[in-house]
Amino acid sequence: MPEPVIALESLSKEFPTEPPVRALSEISLTVDKSDYVAIVGPSGAGKSTLLNVLGLLDRPTSGSYRLDGVETITMGDGARTRMRGSRIGFVFQSFHLLAHRSVVENVMLAEVYGKHDRRTRRARALRALERVSLSHRVDFLPDRLSGGERQRAAIARALMGGPSLLLCDEPTGNLDSHNTDAVLDLFDDLRDQGMTIVVITHENEVSDRAGRRVRITDGVLSEDP
Amino acid sequence: MKIRDLWTEAMAGMLARPVRTALTTLGTVLGITTLVITLGVAATAGNQIVGRFDELTATSVTVEVQENEGSPLVGWDAVDQVTRLRGVESAAAVSEARESANLSVRSNKLVDPARAGAQTLTVIASTPGLPAAVKGRMLQGRYFDAGHLKRADQVVVLGEQAAAMLGITRVDRAPAVFIEGRAYTVIGILGAFRREKGFGGAVMLPPTIGRRYGLRDVTRVLINTSLGAVDLIAGQAATALSPGNEGMLQVISPPSPTRARDGVQDDVNGLFLILGLVSLVVGAVGIANVTLVTVMERVAEIGLRRSLGAARRHIAAQFLLESTLTGLTGGVIGASLGMVAVVAVSAAKQWTPVLDVRLALAAPAAGALVGLLAGLYPALRAARMEPVDALR
Repeated sequence: MPEPVIALESLSKEFPTEPPVRALSEISLTVDKSDYVAIVGPSGAGKSTLLNVLGLLDRPTSGSYRLDGVETITMGDGARTRMRGSRIGFVFQSFHLLAHRSVVENVMLAEVYGKHDRRTRRARALRALERVSLSHRVDFLPDRLSGGERQRAAIARALMGGPSLLLCDEPTGNLDSHNTDAVLDLFDDLRDQGMTIVVITHENEVSDRAGRRVRITDGVLSEDP
Repeated sequence: MKIRDLWTEAMAGMLARPVRTALTTLGTVLGITTLVITLGVAATAGNQIVGRFDELTATSVTVEVQENEGSPLVGWDAVDQVTRLRGVESAAAVSEARESANLSVRSNKLVDPARAGAQTLTVIASTPGLPAAVKGRMLQGRYFDAGHLKRADQVVVLGEQAAAMLGITRVDRAPAVFIEGRAYTVIGILGAFRREKGFGGAVMLPPTIGRRYGLRDVTRVLINTSLGAVDLIAGQAATALSPGNEGMLQVISPPSPTRARDGVQDDVNGLFLILGLVSLVVGAVGIANVTLVTVMERVAEIGLRRSLGAARRHIAAQFLLESTLTGLTGGVIGASLGMVAVVAVSAAKQWTPVLDVRLALAAPAAGALVGLLAGLYPALRAARMEPVDALR
């Protein structure tokens, strides 16, 4: 049986404030390849903390987190950074595109810190943009794109380098319903192509499209039926 | 991360805010320009000083002979020994005495208020090489030669001011002058002195007749050397003139032109270098401030880059390279402006500009170093940022 992409076991995260805040409490979660999981919950429930831990942007206080079968808890900063760059693609609510770089340059940025062949980088970026149906906008600056197009450009960047996990933080939070549909259709296509997707959202429209929904409340995770 | 990628990202970061980058660069431009102008103008002015020294002073040696009770320390023919030294272009022995400094000289014996009367003039004796030794020119006639000396001819040569005072403008009719009542034929007028300009007001006699006026012994020897030989001749002259009595001769040579130039450069440099360094520090503080502000503005970008796999060192390297490139740009522009200014000042002063190629290379390097140092703190701040905080 293949290793799950994500395997969390009794994972906790405590912030050393006064008094200490326990953002995640004994969370266990398994996400297999090609899963499309929505993490839902009210504000302050711990969704973003969970996403940061899953994205190797933050360290849990205790527990185990295996990504593609590799234990990440004991990893040093350098190894975590390399793993983040090679295995995880991020999609943010506010797109995080560099305003002064063209769409294709923004997408190419994803491989700047990796070990991919520099000469074929642009070709890969163009393919990624083709995947998100943005081939006609490659040389545009982000401020000339619609919200939906910007998010699709960000998704193309997240797909560069062939990650095994797409982590999306409120990916439709800044989009109208038409663009939301377009992005969710794209996620469906990616899932069908074998991509593992974890989406943090508080929008039912988004979580309804995911194959699986988990709820987090006060740092405790529960599987929605 | 490959070097080319680092370069591309840093350049893109700089060019993303061109106006800000240009204004940030300005501080370094001012500092480097000031430094280059300071060093360039000082070198040019120093070179000019050397040029002037070369022209006259740097080739002049004077040997002063002390009075001696017994036999003279330097004989009149000793100047021939000096002339033979390699590097000596001309030399003459001169005798000046207190009692001959204010002698009555007339151009006629008549006591006539309508004509020039008696003048009180200095009378000196010299060897025939004096015109060349004082770098003068015979305005009229000729200077006395070995034949005049040998025959003890009663001849004199007048300095141009002395001739004017005595009303003598031509020598083709062999005018006479009377020194203390004794008649001498004027055979020439010497002028256009570039050395010992005081001789213009003197009456010059051959040594053979100078002794009548107390001009018995050589008191000074004037030597002109070729360029660069002055130190050598200064070291050899005393021995050539009076072997064994070197200690009693005082050799006066010009200060080393290099030393003089360095002195001038030190004076100019000291003042303006401080000014340039202050400008440079101001420029560095400017770069540091703007880079720090840029880091704060680009927190989200830093977060994004960390999420894409950038290590702390990649973030630090990018900001460091950006600030270094800003400093380097300032250095290149500053060096260019400075060089242009040095050439402009030289052209205005009709000097030969001296531009050290090392300065042209060092100035941009200094700008880059300023940028590098100024970017250290902001780059470390950027690198220390936690990705989770940067993305928040």
